[in-house]
Amino acid sequence: MTRQMTGAKMIVQTLIDQGVDTVFGYPGGAVLPIYDEVFQQNSIKHILVRHEQGAVHAAEGYARSTGKPGVVLVTSGPGATNAVTGLTDALLDSIPIVVLTGQVPTFMIGSDAFQEADTVGITRPCTKHNWLVKETDQLSGVLHEAFHVATSGRPGPVLVDIPKDVQFATGTYTPKAPSTSHYQPKVKGDLEEITELVAAMEKAKRPVFYTGGGVINSGPGASQLLRELVEATGFPITSTLMGLGAYPASGEKWLGMLGMHGLYEANMAMHGCDLMINIGARFDDRITGVVDSFSPKSKKAHIDIDPSSINKVIRIDIPIVGDVGHVLEDLLKVWKSRGRKTNSEAVAKWWQQIEEWRSVDCLKFKQEGKVIRPQYALSRLEELTKKHDRYICTEVGQHQMWAAQYLGFEDPNRWMTSGGLGTMGYGFPASIGVQMAHPESLVINVAGEASWLMNMQEMGTAIQYNLPVKQFILNNERLGMVRQWQELLHGERYSQSWSEALPDFVKLAEAFGAKGIICSDPADLDDAIMEMLNYDGPVIFDCLVEKHENCFPMIPSGKAHNEMLLGDAQTQGVIDAKGSVLV
Amino acid sequence: MSALKIKKGATSHSAYNLRPNFSDVIERHTLAVLVENEPGVLARVIGLFSGRGYNIDSLTVAEVDHTGHLSRITIVTSGTPQVIEQIKAQLGRIVSVHDVHDLTVEGASVERELAMFKVSGKGDHRVEALRLADIFRANVVDSTLESFVFEITGAPEKIDAFADLMRPLGLVEVARTGVAALSRGD
Repeated sequence: MTRQMTGAKMIVQTLIDQGVDTVFGYPGGAVLPIYDEVFQQNSIKHILVRHEQGAVHAAEGYARSTGKPGVVLVTSGPGATNAVTGLTDALLDSIPIVVLTGQVPTFMIGSDAFQEADTVGITRPCTKHNWLVKETDQLSGVLHEAFHVATSGRPGPVLVDIPKDVQFATGTYTPKAPSTSHYQPKVKGDLEEITELVAAMEKAKRPVFYTGGGVINSGPGASQLLRELVEATGFPITSTLMGLGAYPASGEKWLGMLGMHGLYEANMAMHGCDLMINIGARFDDRITGVVDSFSPKSKKAHIDIDPSSINKVIRIDIPIVGDVGHVLEDLLKVWKSRGRKTNSEAVAKWWQQIEEWRSVDCLKFKQEGKVIRPQYALSRLEELTKKHDRYICTEVGQHQMWAAQYLGFEDPNRWMTSGGLGTMGYGFPASIGVQMAHPESLVINVAGEASWLMNMQEMGTAIQYNLPVKQFILNNERLGMVRQWQELLHGERYSQSWSEALPDFVKLAEAFGAKGIICSDPADLDDAIMEMLNYDGPVIFDCLVEKHENCFPMIPSGKAHNEMLLGDAQTQGVIDAKGSVLV
Repeated sequence: MSALKIKKGATSHSAYNLRPNFSDVIERHTLAVLVENEPGVLARVIGLFSGRGYNIDSLTVAEVDHTGHLSRITIVTSGTPQVIEQIKAQLGRIVSVHDVHDLTVEGASVERELAMFKVSGKGDHRVEALRLADIFRANVVDSTLESFVFEITGAPEKIDAFADLMRPLGLVEVARTGVAALSRGD
């Protein structure tokens, strides 16, 4: 069935066909025909953001909390360039996003027209794929393909650039159909490889599961299979920042997050294991520390849907290319059919060793005196909200790492944080996207005051759509992580890492019509958090915390997992010249 | 060259072929990349090489299948075995790329390049240039009283050798197409 319609109508029709219910966007000259169509329909809700970067992060929040692609609609030129940070963020974290940009009419492309930018050129390296559509007849086909590419294989952001004359012209609409595109990534893993991994698991004395965002991206079924596998084998499991929630934090086999600010027991287990089973993670430099001494004695298996992830950083002994869900299903089948064997005696010994590492209690802290320690603030937030139907976003910096350490995630898709790109300003708009997708749930953005200010304009969006997002700002009046590195690496010369001229956050909230809460006394903290939770509407919570707290544990740059720093003692001079050039 | 076990149709190969070879030896590989013939596809491939810091020794591109909208890009690149494997995997994940073949490891292949040389000189130099061109089976495609333009086809090494010989004889300009390559047999 084909129908004639304008390009603009086609865009809205495609979105409806694709099951899109929410679009985050900002109008402008080159997308006016599309906005005219948006005006004349009721199927899709359009969320007017206050800045295009916010639109993309909101779509990322929507996508990560639902597993569905997030959709963005922005204009040409600055609308498109403002989307670049979000696109890069989504690329590095493998988040499915479809961004539609307006473009100057085809006959004006290349003339330096008003609000013209080479959008496909600019976004080529920061999208999984992008298209410039020059004929209306091709528009719906490209749009359906865009959704297919964004969501197939390793997910990622795509962009479709649509000149204004293509939006006005009439063409033939092609309805959604099973993709005939040559792009059909392989999802089933090689059975020989899977069997080899099972054989290694049967013999392993010191195994560890190292899981990542790939488990979350593979869908809730993958997390279920992972849980089954962990419980059945009794192997310890750690996860990257991106993978938190795939295995429950309350689970017995959970070691906590690994990596630069990961838990001592998790990093030591990675260093000391004899079989590392990487499931949907990519050996990011925040995880490996110095590559040469990364887990020196282990056999390494890697399950990843993207063949380029394998052997990119770390040499792999058992590579398995496939979707995590599909591979885990086969892995469990093979393992069961071979008699559910593990080297349980050795694994029990391994657990004794892990318990020893656990007893270091690397996250312990003392709340003393009249100043709130950030760890305490997050512990209280955890205690008072863990029973809620809760989604957590973060900005980027110390607060992000503390949130990963002190908050527990029981389910996938509940934790939205900018992992790969480390985008300050991500969390607040992301929380708006999450709240749109889950209007009845508790959505909290754990923020630092500096990150939060980067996209504070989105308060307008939160108010306009009555989104009760809770902005929990750990305010230390510093760029805490920058300050920490300056202390460790740059002789305590705190260059530009102060948050000068901060606003009064309570007044700021009130100026937007939201609620502001300030808390500086540990004794008041619980009541203040409860006040935030009980308020039906957006809240800015200004939590004044200790200004010079450093985030530990920490693997200093250029060091290995077993060279972690556990606390403030003796941090001077631990990073040598070679380490200090790393970021 | 290391014998990496890459079967034909490298983008859909078994993960067995991802067994690493972490040698430090720099290898030169010729890759044949079959791509969708669409605007920007060359920029995607080149952008991958520049963005990730890989080398391009030579690159040729032209449409090879008009009805199927396919172009063939032949890239000569160099790097350690790990880097070469990364390049192939990264090329394979570009959405417009249909197929990546590493002609260097997928059995025997033939490589050819076309080059044109402008050589100017008089007397003995001119005679010697013409004589060597004949030995190398280069054709004269333009001539004045003081210059020749030779056209030569062959493996890159042959063209290098011809260039070395022409240099003392008055070589003034060279244009080379870069390598086109095909696997031998069927």
